[in-house]
Amino acid sequence: MSTSTAEPIVKPKRESLFSKKNRTLLTDPLDANNPVTVQVLGICSALAVTVQMEPAFIMTIGLTFVTAFSNLFISLLRNTIPSRIRIIVQLAVVATFVIIVDQVLKAFFYDISLKLSVFVGLIITNCIVMGRLEAFAMANKPWPSLMDGIGNGLGYGLILMSVAFLRELFGSGSVFGFKVFEALSIPYTPNGMMMIPAGAAIIVGLLIWIQRARNGYRETE
Amino acid sequence: MSNKNSTGYILMYTCLVTLICGITLYIISSVLKPAQEANIELNRKKSILATIITIDKTWDAKKIESTFESRVKGYVIDYSGKKLDGKDVGSVNIEAENKKPVKERLYPVYEIASESNPSQTEYYVIATSGKGLWDKISSFISLKKDLKTINAVVFDHKAETPGLGARIKDDQVVYSRYAGKTIFDGDKLTPVIMKKGEGNDYSDNPHAVDGMSGATKTAVGVNEMMDEYLSAYENFLKSKIN
Repeated sequence: MSTSTAEPIVKPKRESLFSKKNRTLLTDPLDANNPVTVQVLGICSALAVTVQMEPAFIMTIGLTFVTAFSNLFISLLRNTIPSRIRIIVQLAVVATFVIIVDQVLKAFFYDISLKLSVFVGLIITNCIVMGRLEAFAMANKPWPSLMDGIGNGLGYGLILMSVAFLRELFGSGSVFGFKVFEALSIPYTPNGMMMIPAGAAIIVGLLIWIQRARNGYRETE
Repeated sequence: MSNKNSTGYILMYTCLVTLICGITLYIISSVLKPAQEANIELNRKKSILATIITIDKTWDAKKIESTFESRVKGYVIDYSGKKLDGKDVGSVNIEAENKKPVKERLYPVYEIASESNPSQTEYYVIATSGKGLWDKISSFISLKKDLKTINAVVFDHKAETPGLGARIKDDQVVYSRYAGKTIFDGDKLTPVIMKKGEGNDYSDNPHAVDGMSGATKTAVGVNEMMDEYLSAYENFLKSKIN
């Protein structure tokens, strides 16, 4: 008679797709770990495409698509990528997705593609995309990487839309092209400074201040 | 797996990534190309029509095509103003022509027939191309049948700053300033100049329009483009006037 008792086979519990950890990946970049206000990445386009809300909105969708899918693909490839050429491989993947976004816009959303002009191509140089690939996708599994990509794209978009809202409202007196002050028959002289990048820099600065004061974030020494 | 940092592996990996990315993009671009070209062609027709009628969101592709078909007759001229038979006006790429010397370029002309009397030309539309602050800009200018008075100008641009230089295309206040201005002073060609600074009244000056605050460089590009192309079309315009 065998005295050995069978060890209960402990199956490693599969983490559910929307476990708390995975949900945090999605929501963290919206607030506590926002790529723009906390990590101060992607500032250049936050200044460039935020004069009006519509281009900012399309830019948000484009960037979220690119961060999500480049994160996913780099994560799938992460164990095969030679470390010496990893940045080049990441860049090739990012560039491919950006060109896809650009081509699709030109084929199906021609008017919007005209409005966004160069800025879609400039997603390639957006620090958030490469930053997430290096910091997250190279070391994590595909699903969490996808979540992280979407989260960071939306986190960036949230700031982009906030800046665009304030700039369009005070710079052109409209929201998504709808003349707010005219509709409310309030006389309003558009503030020219909101139209120039300096206006955006001030708004982004204020948003960073508000965010950090609220979260008690401190730069580490 | 062999050593990931060996030269052989890296070479193979690079080739593979390049090949996959290249093929993916090639397929996507070939699939989408017809739709993109149709958009560009439709946009050209829309811009030409927009110089004479307001085209709002109710205008679909079909309506633009049929209106263009029924009212617009296009042809190609050379620098001397002579009509070139056998050249398809749709195939003239104004941006590509812009790279040639002024006297060797092909210039498109569109005659728009009167709505009530289709045999009579009501407007002449000419096309221009130039450089803005960041990239190329272009325009269609419609002239009334006297060929001296600007009916309207429709601008296009590739990369002017939204809210600043891009106002030449997006802001009706800016482009409608050209309406009613004159490009001839007696018999002398006098292009309309966009002035520096904004908020000044140029209603008594038939050759100047108010500028765009914060987009002086774009305005300079617009002025240079107008000057260059109106001079290039001068022979044609004069031959039609006389």
